[in-house]
Amino acid sequence: MKFRDLAELAWRNLREALLRNSLTTLGVGVGVASLVAMLSLGVGLQEMANQRISRSGLFDAILVAPRTNFRGFGRGPQNNANNGPDLPPAVPVDENARKTLEQLLDVVEVYPEIRFPTEVRYLGVPYSTVVAGVPPSGRTSGSYDGMKGNFFSGPSADETILQIEFAKQLSPQTSSLIGKDLVLRYAERQELPAQGDTNSKASPGADDADSSLSSGFSVVPKEEKLRIVGIVETEPAAGFGGLGRGRVLIPLQVAEKLRVAQANDFRTMLGARPGKITYQSLTVRVKSPSQVKDVEDSIKSMGFETFSLIDATNNLRLLFAVFDLLLGIFGSLALVVASLGIINTLVMAILERRREIGVLKALGATDGDIRKLFFMEAGAMGLLGGFLGVLIGWTIGMGMNFATSIYLRRQALPSITVSSVPWWMVASAISFSIIVSLAAGLYPASRAARLNPVEALRYE
Amino acid sequence: MPSADNGFALRTDRVSRHYQMGAALVHAVDDVTISVRTGEFVALLGSSGSGKSTLLNLIAGLDRPTSGGVFAHDRNLADMTADELAKHRSHTIGIVFQAFNLLPRMTLEENVELPLRLAAVDRSERGPRVREAIQRVKLDARLSHRPAELSGGEQQRAALARALVNRPTILLADEPTGNLDSITGDEIMNLLREINETLRMTIVMVTHEQPRAERFAHRMIVIKDGKLGSDGTRP
Repeated sequence: MKFRDLAELAWRNLREALLRNSLTTLGVGVGVASLVAMLSLGVGLQEMANQRISRSGLFDAILVAPRTNFRGFGRGPQNNANNGPDLPPAVPVDENARKTLEQLLDVVEVYPEIRFPTEVRYLGVPYSTVVAGVPPSGRTSGSYDGMKGNFFSGPSADETILQIEFAKQLSPQTSSLIGKDLVLRYAERQELPAQGDTNSKASPGADDADSSLSSGFSVVPKEEKLRIVGIVETEPAAGFGGLGRGRVLIPLQVAEKLRVAQANDFRTMLGARPGKITYQSLTVRVKSPSQVKDVEDSIKSMGFETFSLIDATNNLRLLFAVFDLLLGIFGSLALVVASLGIINTLVMAILERRREIGVLKALGATDGDIRKLFFMEAGAMGLLGGFLGVLIGWTIGMGMNFATSIYLRRQALPSITVSSVPWWMVASAISFSIIVSLAAGLYPASRAARLNPVEALRYE
Repeated sequence: MPSADNGFALRTDRVSRHYQMGAALVHAVDDVTISVRTGEFVALLGSSGSGKSTLLNLIAGLDRPTSGGVFAHDRNLADMTADELAKHRSHTIGIVFQAFNLLPRMTLEENVELPLRLAAVDRSERGPRVREAIQRVKLDARLSHRPAELSGGEQQRAALARALVNRPTILLADEPTGNLDSITGDEIMNLLREINETLRMTIVMVTHEQPRAERFAHRMIVIKDGKLGSDGTRP
């Protein structure tokens, strides 16, 4: 028998016992819905975690430091013997290193960690806080989506984004701060001329990397007026931090231009090349967390010390994989129960249609035709139940999102998406439903196919 | 008509069908040898439980013999696989039952089309063949009626159309008038005779009504307690 004829006969049979088949299909639908609802919760939570991870800036970033740094500050110059026989010589983390790292494959950006405690004045009142430089990628990373106000108008704009708790200290009406100015007070580092070199300038604009070595630096108090352009819940993409989360965020380029004296400067001054500006660390951001390991290995081979949280992401993925698996198993249980309903319905159908099966065989139907007919009916119930289940599961997921949002809003927290139904889940759930239904149809189909036509025709 | 059958559409060669019923072994058909010529109209007569329907089932390929052979156009059904038997029932045999056995949820037209679906005949061919079969049994006006909306005689004519639609060479009828009144029964018998004469179709009809068999069949074969009682042309 041709497929179309089989499908038509199967559809006709399903319509014949409409109530029973509808209830069975609904049972399959409920099973699929439970599976979809469970998995959508797992996927939703995973997506939320991934988003948070991505915004934290921890998992696609590699911290690059001179090899001595992780051994502890203040141990003095590292002995080359400590490098070990296979390690390349230690390389200083300076502007040259930054440019070299920027050339690596899969590297999106390289920037120094600029974060310093200081004082800001708003309406003449001083506040202590931590200032952090925000790399240009902040604009496109999505990390600042949903903030009040706007991101910096340009990479060198004298603008600031305030963390909301700090903003509340300045004004309870945080929205009113946008467009206002505040004054940043900081300690600027000014290089002193090299001993014996009276022509050297100790100007802030001197090129760090290529300037002649100075004998040290002086620290000069400075002020910078910044316009408040946005308010953010928390500092996104805070990286590995160091001095706590920034509460006054400024463009990284502006932060570099300020030449704020940092803890690292004192160590540099006492080092072998006191006039050469080095960074305490550089953050290398790669395209995705999966590329961290390769890039990290390359950087290590260049003579730097590196640190990343790639192991932590692997563990997190493993955790979510297990979590999804457990949710899937629990969700599938309902579908397994529903499959018993299919078996029951089809076995009942065999009893009711025994004579009809006999007639079909007498008219030339093969055992395979009868088997396929019952399979088709089981598959159709699986297909319809799958669609129905996805719809119900999706609705449950939307309900969970809605209820969670209401609850969080009442707690004065931002709403989140806890349930997500991606297309692959829709396709998988429907396929799984069909497969389970076909498996459930195995026994009834085989039993129907084996019916003796003479006995079946005799059946009243 | 196949030429390798020596003029016989059907033959049985010492065919037996035994089955176990509790502790007893029932000899439903026991060592029966008959032959039916192409285009012949044969009546299988016998009382209830004599084994005539069992013999018809063996000829139809619905059942397998315990021993012996059943030949349709010289092909032994006992050697056929289940799928070959299904093909035999689809292409060579048309069957009519006492209880009509139309599918109640299908219209007359759909019931008649069913064997064509099972034989995977192209859709474009089905319409004309279904209409031709229905015209032959004079049910043109009842195409979209369901079996429950047809009289007993109409249902049996519909069953006959269904049996003919695949253009079989052998028509088997198991008590085709058993559920009908005498007038309607005669109408069906006339129809069978017309089919036999116009299409030269071999017909084997099981019946327990000897007078009717004598009026319409060319030959009567009597089965008694599973054995061949007598085999002869009608008087």
